Amino acid sequence: MARPGSVQVPLGVGIPGSVSSVPFTSIILRHSALVRVTHWIITLCFLALLVSGIEIVISHPRFYWGENGNDLTPTLFKLPIPSSRALVPTGYGYVLPDQNGWSRYLHFQAAWIAVLTGLVYMVFGFLTEHFRKNLLPAKADLSWRGLSAAIATHLRFERPDQAGAESYNVLQRSTYLFVIFVLFPLVIWTGLAMSPAFVSAVPASVTLLGGRQSARTLHFFVSLALLLFLVVHVAMVCLAGFSSRMRAMITGRVGTYTERT
Amino acid sequence: MTDFSRRKLIVTGLAATAGVTGLGVATRLAQTYGLVPPDHGGIYGLGETLNYASQRLLTRHSLAREFPQSQISKPPFANEIPPLNDVFKRLQAGGFADWLLTVDGMVDRPASFSLTQLRSYPSRSQITQLACEEGWSYIAEWVGVPLSHILDVVGIHPQARYIVYFSIDPDWWDSIDMADAMHPQTFLAYGLNGNELPVGNGGPLRMRLPRQLGYKSVKFVTHLTVTDSLKGFGKGLGSSDPDYAWYAGI
Repeated sequence: MARPGSVQVPLGVGIPGSVSSVPFTSIILRHSALVRVTHWIITLCFLALLVSGIEIVISHPRFYWGENGNDLTPTLFKLPIPSSRALVPTGYGYVLPDQNGWSRYLHFQAAWIAVLTGLVYMVFGFLTEHFRKNLLPAKADLSWRGLSAAIATHLRFERPDQAGAESYNVLQRSTYLFVIFVLFPLVIWTGLAMSPAFVSAVPASVTLLGGRQSARTLHFFVSLALLLFLVVHVAMVCLAGFSSRMRAMITGRVGTYTERT
Repeated sequence: MTDFSRRKLIVTGLAATAGVTGLGVATRLAQTYGLVPPDHGGIYGLGETLNYASQRLLTRHSLAREFPQSQISKPPFANEIPPLNDVFKRLQAGGFADWLLTVDGMVDRPASFSLTQLRSYPSRSQITQLACEEGWSYIAEWVGVPLSHILDVVGIHPQARYIVYFSIDPDWWDSIDMADAMHPQTFLAYGLNGNELPVGNGGPLRMRLPRQLGYKSVKFVTHLTVTDSLKGFGKGLGSSDPDYAWYAGI
């Protein structure tokens, strides 16, 4: 398997399909094949989970805390949207079509593929030290000075330099680790806590969260956090250079652009 | 052909053979141990089979959570019910005195039970949660007769694999495997929170499976059939509405 690292190639040898007016002096193997493949599989699964999740929420856009909640009980909050069920008091005079059947099938299928892919990624990440080498922030970067410098760079919307194309900065590293080790496990846990069969085998999975409706509400908020991550992630890819970053995540390679002297 | 590519070809071939063989063995084992749901075909078959197989392995004997009296939801929420047909209305007018539960199929002694007969059997009361696939839920005290008791009375054949249960509405039926049918918390409920089961909650007789979502708990049950295959029922996918997953433990 190709490992990330610098590979010296003859001058002028570019990436297939790239514009060759700018010469490359070297090509960096930026993302390993396993990272790229798992990235795109999980991207597809996430989009499927998002669409099907929205459809499922539409059938009951009310949220509660604790064990129980239904049309007769007070809500924690409601989404100001119409529903696909006539009995839900939404204030809208119409009912949306019921999409829960295929949405539930798709939600679990995508969840299974995402979780299995995630497991492969985790094993790979520890075995090859991907997490330690590419994602764990350096101690120096985690100081206030390091962090504030990184935040200031982001707030000025500065395009990242060559180092930014070849490695992750401290904010990226922290965010990716948070998504991988906090948000994804939480969204899986809160999801399983809504399975009546799963909680019959592992009751603590739901009681620790404060009940079935708490689990559902938390699942919604963790999903929102993941959606926020997706939006910011895509925005940053666009700001940093959409085509070069996409090329890196598809082909694995980053060209090093240096002026020929 | 170079040595390298030949070796690659052989390795790939062996891996593919092992993969296909492994998949075949896994399928055979899954079939033997009842880990394949009736709706395993189609584009969502993978997720559906993984749901069912993993939960069967993990939850075959586990008990749904039961709650203290203080957690009972008041009043119990009654979801929408389909329009009730004339047969139902006639039985309702008679106080459900003529309501019959017919049990047939792979049984030694096919029989019909009145509500009075069902109430004379050892009853079970449990405070469990009813959770709908839409997201809402409530807790109630359900009283009824365990399905396993009825199955013992009629004597099921050893090759029985599913129980198909029908509502008085001919277009509403569903089915469960034997693990769920024999589970101590699966029962035919006729009481709710100390009263007779209201029509809005599925009265006079409702299948109750607290380890699966609400849509498996079919209302107004009049008929059970014991079978070894779901092929002859509807589209063969296990329920009258196969747009929804057959296994609803998740």
